[in-house]
Amino acid sequence: MTTVMPEVPIPKPQVPSATPGPVAGPALLETKDLSLFYGTNRALRNISVQLGQKLVTAFIGPSGCGKSTFLRCFNRMNDLIDNVRTEGSVRIGGQDIYAPEVDVIELRKRVGMVFQKSNPFPKSIYENVAYGLRLQGMRGGSELDARVEASLRQAALWEEVKERLQTSGLGLSGGQQQRLCIARAIAIRPEIILMDEPASALDPIATAKIEDLILELKKDYTIIIVTHNMQQAARISDFTAFFYLGELIEFGPTSRIFTSPTKKQTEDYVTGRFG
Amino acid sequence: MSALAGPSELHRQERPGRAGGPFKEGGSRQFRTGQFDWVSFLGTGATGLATLLILAILAVILGNVLIHGLPYVSWRFISTGTAGDMFDVNKAGILPMIVGTSSRVILMTIFVLPVGVLTAIYLTEYARTTSPLTRVIRGAINNLAGVPSIVFGLFGAGFFVRFIGRELDGAFYRSAATVWGQPALLWASATLAVMTLPVVIVATEESLRAIPQGLREASLALGASKLETILKIVLPQAVPGIMTGAILAISRAAGEVAPILFTGAAYYMADLPRSLHDQFMDLGYHVFILSTQSPNVDKTRPILYATVLVLLLLTFALNIVAIVVRARVRKRMRMLQ
Repeated sequence: MTTVMPEVPIPKPQVPSATPGPVAGPALLETKDLSLFYGTNRALRNISVQLGQKLVTAFIGPSGCGKSTFLRCFNRMNDLIDNVRTEGSVRIGGQDIYAPEVDVIELRKRVGMVFQKSNPFPKSIYENVAYGLRLQGMRGGSELDARVEASLRQAALWEEVKERLQTSGLGLSGGQQQRLCIARAIAIRPEIILMDEPASALDPIATAKIEDLILELKKDYTIIIVTHNMQQAARISDFTAFFYLGELIEFGPTSRIFTSPTKKQTEDYVTGRFG
Repeated sequence: MSALAGPSELHRQERPGRAGGPFKEGGSRQFRTGQFDWVSFLGTGATGLATLLILAILAVILGNVLIHGLPYVSWRFISTGTAGDMFDVNKAGILPMIVGTSSRVILMTIFVLPVGVLTAIYLTEYARTTSPLTRVIRGAINNLAGVPSIVFGLFGAGFFVRFIGRELDGAFYRSAATVWGQPALLWASATLAVMTLPVVIVATEESLRAIPQGLREASLALGASKLETILKIVLPQAVPGIMTGAILAISRAAGEVAPILFTGAAYYMADLPRSLHDQFMDLGYHVFILSTQSPNVDKTRPILYATVLVLLLLTFALNIVAIVVRARVRKRMRMLQ
């Protein structure tokens, strides 16, 4: 089996917390028999998984396998689509987020999201980051300034934009825009950050910056990242989940998924034989 | 080749430098058909002629109105009332009609914009695109756009004047006097607003649809409610489109006469309208009166031309205001892009 593995480098030193066993530490997110339907079309099939706190979990799989749909279950973005129905449960910190009494707005303040296509608002850099804070009732002033600066620093963007905070966020480069979106997401201090292929539209240098940033953010946040780039999954994630046709095929520590997967499909995918 | 020798040779003579270009004489021939392109020639000719025809018609109309009307447009003409005889070129003024037409267009804009924008927001942001109700509403809007304007006039007379107006009188005025239950500036403006509603809805809807879904998702993902997202992210982006709707509505309404015939326009009034329940004189309606009711057509003709000219200029001016507002908004938005 190891003879077919040479294409995927495994940078072990960067994955210190990838200990054996299904979950390191207490599970923060948990799904049980989660199924999702677009009308009558079943996009997710009975997915049960536990994701740990302050870890990076990568979702991999071919296009259309349901990994983005699954990601969007954690902040209920699928609610925006007509005719979507879910079965099973999604728990964050033990609480079922699909329970009727759950306030979706409060949920989304705790579970931030970064999208595939960078989507800064057509506002100034400052106002982009301040948007979520203003929604929470924070008025201008030194406190808001401080939070904006801290968020931009954490997103490794402050040094590049501190002279032009009042210029448009749309004037930044693609990689900077995506880091601005990350700054915007972390400004409201969520516990969990969902990233839907955040670097797929970026060049290798900008991608490397985003990856460094993710490893940095891991200290404070629980991160789930959907990626098509298996080297990226291997570089930055502690755990990896492989999806295929709406099913979770295999889940485990990244190093094990990439070196000794137990399922044939996983092996075929990570070695590049299909997908 | 020989049959088309004439134009083909002409075609070549126009580009004598070609032979000395990067291609050698022998090689360059492969890239040419050597034939005159008749299809392109005819296509250019036909479309160009059609454009010319439109421009010519426009030039004739504007030129005719300008030549015959301009000499009679004086400060006295646009700043005084009819002075007793509205068919006498030396006495008649059209201030009441300018005031009437301007106020009904401005009032209409005030009525139509909120209703139209709210409807468009409902259709794009809230309504399920697949639901039968949405399809019914959309169909109704399209049909509304196709209703002849005289029908709107009758609708306004029946609904606004006779129904709402009389009910208001019955509810608030004990005496027998008619206050709201008669043709009035308010009802004419409301009727025009109903007529131009589809224009505003469609223009606003298009601008709302053009806003990337990603912006809405980004806002919602930050914990914004749907209403906050619409107010803070979506609507500011849609303002130029809404202004386009207003411009189209103003253009359509300013020259319309049929909807106001039974709902507010007066043949003659001694004074300017003082309140929303007064009738008013109207430029478009006045053109109709001048051309059909005058005892001496030849004597009235200069007033007719001058009135038409003023109507055109007023429509133009009302449009310019909306266009300037839109340009300012766009400029402010461009600074953020």
